[in-house]
Amino acid sequence: MSNDQRITAVGGTGVPIPGDDIDTDQILPARFMKEVTFDNMAGYLFYDARRDEDGALNDHPLNRFEGASIAVVNQNFGCGSSREHAPQAMMRWGVDGVVGESFAEIFRDNCKSLGIPAVTADHEAVVALQEWLQDNPDGDIEIDVEDGTISYDNRTVEGHIDSAMQEALLGGIWDTTALMYSNRAKVERTVQDLPYVESN
Amino acid sequence: MSKHTLYDKVWERHRVTELPNGQDQLFVGLHLIHEVTSPQAFAMLTERDIEVAYPERNYATTDHIAPTEAAKRERPLPDEEAEEMLSALERNVAENDITFFGLDSGKQGITHVVAPELGLSRPGMTVACGDSHTSTHGAFGSIGVGVGTSQIRDILATGCIAAEKQQVRRIEVEGSLGAGVYAKDIILKIIQDLGVDGGVGHVYEYGGPAIRELDMEGRLAVCNMSIEGGARAGYINPDETTYEYLRGREYAPEGEAFDERREYWDSICSDEDAVYDDVVTVDVDDMDPMVTWGINPGQVVELSEPVPQPDSFVARSDREAAERALEHMDLDPGESMLGYDVDVAFLGTCTNGRVSDFEVAAEILDGRTVDESVRALAVPGSETVRKRCEARGLDETFIKAGFQWRRAGCSMCLAMNDDSLEGGEVCASSSNRNFVGRQGSKEGRTVLMSPAMVAAAAVAGEVTDPRRFVDDAARTVSATDVEVAE
Repeated sequence: MSNDQRITAVGGTGVPIPGDDIDTDQILPARFMKEVTFDNMAGYLFYDARRDEDGALNDHPLNRFEGASIAVVNQNFGCGSSREHAPQAMMRWGVDGVVGESFAEIFRDNCKSLGIPAVTADHEAVVALQEWLQDNPDGDIEIDVEDGTISYDNRTVEGHIDSAMQEALLGGIWDTTALMYSNRAKVERTVQDLPYVESN
Repeated sequence: MSKHTLYDKVWERHRVTELPNGQDQLFVGLHLIHEVTSPQAFAMLTERDIEVAYPERNYATTDHIAPTEAAKRERPLPDEEAEEMLSALERNVAENDITFFGLDSGKQGITHVVAPELGLSRPGMTVACGDSHTSTHGAFGSIGVGVGTSQIRDILATGCIAAEKQQVRRIEVEGSLGAGVYAKDIILKIIQDLGVDGGVGHVYEYGGPAIRELDMEGRLAVCNMSIEGGARAGYINPDETTYEYLRGREYAPEGEAFDERREYWDSICSDEDAVYDDVVTVDVDDMDPMVTWGINPGQVVELSEPVPQPDSFVARSDREAAERALEHMDLDPGESMLGYDVDVAFLGTCTNGRVSDFEVAAEILDGRTVDESVRALAVPGSETVRKRCEARGLDETFIKAGFQWRRAGCSMCLAMNDDSLEGGEVCASSSNRNFVGRQGSKEGRTVLMSPAMVAAAAVAGEVTDPRRFVDDAARTVSATDVEVAE
């Protein structure tokens, strides 16, 4: 894989999306998955939460922080369904990185597949960042993938990035298809030792 | 680190190599495909000019968008978007020589219902599908994981996923279920105890007397909701119950081959001296049926318990979640869920859309009628389930009671077809998620429960103790009991 896939840092303005246990049905309601490509997903991001009952856009953070690159979320973000439509929609809306208290595993894996760093920090740090964002919608945040830190407003906050995600992003090897495709001979050996495969 | 567990053994058998990012490359023995999460993956393959590596390890069906009314299943489907998705799937499977159980095949249904009943899911396998409820297949003693679309591309292209080994938590389920209490209640109890994110970083190994006593369909319901507790996979060691279930199924090995394969199945069971990262005990003796009161599956109580006070939760996040839930559900702390008005009764899904689920419900519905205020849907998890139920005349019991008897699909679990809640309707549901908006209306309210309780709620027009219909001698609770307890 070429060096241009390497992701060492991402940055830009931020958008706070407060709330614990925000599930993928909220991030991307199921009725918008009836399309065979991800092309239009950005328009469906948090579709219900962003609208009033009459369909008009409300004051949801995504409506107020347009152009943001870093989403700042709380606990267990992305729980529920495995739909990659959720991080795809975030990416296509403009999100290049996510800072949160914790992530659901499939969501985090999906972020890794897309080259989106998902970094965790403790509750106080995340809430402080969300509050700062409310006052500083044009302020810059940077996620450093190499040391897992989050920097903003002349401050650097300790964060944590899952080691596989970190290796994948720094090495430019987050496209696992390319990574595994070269191991075909090894796969064949594993398969030959599996009792259930041939006689099926 | 765990040692000698089924998870360790199956992982080791399927491990191809370690990848440069530190993850393992893991061979996927069974990949299940449906129309919603796969078209983008097939397109990525075409873009890269890569062929499907092991087409014979892939099986496809259509479930999420499948119309459940017979007339709406004529092609082209009246819903143009659904037709486009189904056509794309048909094209992709045809071009890649993948077995497909289509709408007219007689075997179509929810991936997690179809693969077990056809004998495709078996012990000692790795199973993946672009659907979080792939944990279901762990009921056979396999590792079943839900994956995203990029990982579907990985599987199609290489037969493998990149994955990190998780910690193994043994959940010892002590005791024995009383009449009118079911597998669904066990898993809801586990999620109540451990929380919706308690399983993050773990796989759950379910064991103990209450799990051993469950039939395969009950075990499938338990493993199905592992993901609702945050565990990406959950499994049960295979035993005679597993093997008896598999014998004679279409894709299961036959005769001598079956006995040979059994040696492998026995060999991958967790050893007596297996080491777990963590062991948790849950006691289900004397447990009352469970019912959710909130907007995640961990917001759940036994029928004898009142809706909790937000202040009773230790964690700040749980207190805030409880506040949001009470507002959405229009409930007050201290209230009983018994008597909560129900507008819709929905029976089906990959959790509870199997023959035994409809049998239990039919026993309650026999000779009774659905309350006139309730819209009631029975949606078999697969066409095989539907035909088996019909062969036993269960469809007539449902129809006579006032249920609509539908064709197979995911239906109102996530409302990607025409089956949806309207406005603030309350749904007594045998599904697995009570998230806001999940059943198609953002004001809609979902109350998760066992199939028996769904049938009871349909008859009563409100949440009620199913045991009053199941067994005259069974203990039951009423709202006044709960208020007194409070």
